Amino acid sequence: MNARDDMLAGIRKALGRDGSADAATRATLQARLKGHKQNLVPKRGRVQGREKIEAFVKMAEFSLATLARVRSAGDVPGAVADYLKSQNLPPKLRMAPDQKLDAYPWASKPLLQIARGKAEPEDEVGLTGAFAGIAETGTLMLLSGPASPSTLNFLPETHVVVVRAEEILGSYEDGWAKLRQIADKLPRTVNFITGPSRSGDIEQTLQLGAHGPRRLHIVLVDDGADAGTER
Amino acid sequence: MSFAEAPTSRNFKQNASAALRNETLQRAMGYLGFTQKRAEAVARLPEFEALRDQARDIKDHTLKHLDFYLEAYEAKVMESGGHMHWCRTPEEARRTILDLCRSVGARSVTRGKTMIGEEIALNPFLERNGIEPVETDLGEYIIQLRGEPPSHIIAPAIHVTKEQVADTFLEKHAAYGKTRLLTEPREMLEEARGILRGKFLKADAGITGANFLVAETGSSIIVTNEGNGDLTQLLPKMHIVLATPEKLVPTLEDASTILRLLARSATGQEFSVYTTVSTGPRRRADPDGPAQYHVVILDNGRISMLGTEFQDMLRCIRCSACLNHCPVYNAVGGHAYGWVYPGPMGSVLTPGLIGVDQAGALPNASTFCGKCESVCPMKIPLPKMMRHWREREYEAKLSPAIARWGLAAWAFAARRPRLYRALTRPAMAVLGRLGKRRGNFANLPLAGGWTEFRDMPAPEGKTFHQLWAERSR
Repeated sequence: MNARDDMLAGIRKALGRDGSADAATRATLQARLKGHKQNLVPKRGRVQGREKIEAFVKMAEFSLATLARVRSAGDVPGAVADYLKSQNLPPKLRMAPDQKLDAYPWASKPLLQIARGKAEPEDEVGLTGAFAGIAETGTLMLLSGPASPSTLNFLPETHVVVVRAEEILGSYEDGWAKLRQIADKLPRTVNFITGPSRSGDIEQTLQLGAHGPRRLHIVLVDDGADAGTER
Repeated sequence: MSFAEAPTSRNFKQNASAALRNETLQRAMGYLGFTQKRAEAVARLPEFEALRDQARDIKDHTLKHLDFYLEAYEAKVMESGGHMHWCRTPEEARRTILDLCRSVGARSVTRGKTMIGEEIALNPFLERNGIEPVETDLGEYIIQLRGEPPSHIIAPAIHVTKEQVADTFLEKHAAYGKTRLLTEPREMLEEARGILRGKFLKADAGITGANFLVAETGSSIIVTNEGNGDLTQLLPKMHIVLATPEKLVPTLEDASTILRLLARSATGQEFSVYTTVSTGPRRRADPDGPAQYHVVILDNGRISMLGTEFQDMLRCIRCSACLNHCPVYNAVGGHAYGWVYPGPMGSVLTPGLIGVDQAGALPNASTFCGKCESVCPMKIPLPKMMRHWREREYEAKLSPAIARWGLAAWAFAARRPRLYRALTRPAMAVLGRLGKRRGNFANLPLAGGWTEFRDMPAPEGKTFHQLWAERSR
């Protein structure tokens, strides 16, 4: 018997069955797979409106990400330039080829040198958008794809993420629901990112920047409106 | 060195004695600080207890229908352009992985942390076959350089002090032109990061484990804090996932529920820094990602635990909370256990995977304080299962003769209440009188093994039976 049949037969025998489960059971299990039923979602993942935005900010900072709020899309390039300056980084970045990011007036900061595309080993700063922010733990949810190369999230020492208030969701489950609305299949990777890379492997001393970015900076575009209440 | 190739679990007692005398190890173990962080993280989430019940139910449901979910998962892996390889034994898994690596002409492979890789002694096997395996988790990298196995399932180098790391780097990094003795963990991390970055960029294949496999979508999920698992799977031509059947959960929602418990139980974080859901190889328009995605699904004895009193162990999500809270683990460290998985979860799993004849000492290495079960996010009854192993060991006549005779003598008396009382009453009375002044005994005949490390409290002079009879009057 080949390994596959052998293993499946072994499982069935251990479970006290001769073959696969009966048709009715299989139908129930299929329905469970397709039902996307949520289990218990903690209260802090079910907050709405301003409370949700504030929870995201609080938890993102708790995860040691840094965060700057801007009132409008027009302020984003300035906030990025200021951040790079504050960290003594050159005004040079690799930006995701994401149309969403074209909404920000990058030409207003002519000193920013911007290249688009996937990350190259020498890139020091990567800039991406996010599919969603998850308030529950201050987590960013990013999807791989032509507009958002995953290398930008991991290779550069600094990762800047521009996220809009209306993209902030409560829970991971909200993230899955939103993703299923726009696609019937998952992209190659869904990256949940909560703070900058770290390791405690030497005497349990926390060090940032183990292999991924040492800095995770979030620029939150938030006009202060009661954003995202419908979700 | 690999425990899978040379288990030392039979020598637990000698290993433990040596560990207790090893001052460097004792100092290093003092840095293990996860318990406080876990307590704080649990306190921040009022729903933690309710989530434990749901997580247990999700895994129980999955195990009950494991064949269905495995087949559903496989169909989705193939639908997303991935490949699935079923392996019964470590030999089959090693051979499969080697063939995959050779199919892309691999000379070096990066490794995300996998305990299953330890279980099948993958690194020594790849080396013998001319492929350089590079562990990329910082802790795993340190012990790979030192030629040691991991001593903790999520903090593999917990037994190493920073001075030892510095010495190891000085010796092994000279080949990269690094010749300065480092003193600060920050410098050590930077040096390792620089060297490993080069390895990441030239690796031909990347091998990771999986914290979860999702039947709904055919996805594998890994969590890391360093991002090494992501660079491992993202940069090379081929991503190989090495996983076992019990990693399955039905849906993304189910995975999300258990993920809420994993990091909190492990390091006390709200969420691991990187939780990565991978489904198939890169898509046609993707600018990066591996061109091939393979899942190697290994049994290695797990299926034979299904339907037995050890089935609950298959709920384990490898968070390490039971190790971190175990007085025995904290005292002797991970290497004393002599196989891949130390601590309470290892004491239950190891006899199941390599046999109670090899690992019978491990379920005996417990004080039965019950802390492991009380912190287990999946509510695995670890002490109960250790008792089951002790029973099996006894039934198979594997326990030491002195223990068997002692138990037989006790059982003879315990089944004869009059004889039992006739023996215990005078014994307690004598011990009570002898120990009245000090309140305890520093040594006792026939109990030297016990009194060598602690005092035996003196009895009050009466047996429980006597007291019960007096008070019921």
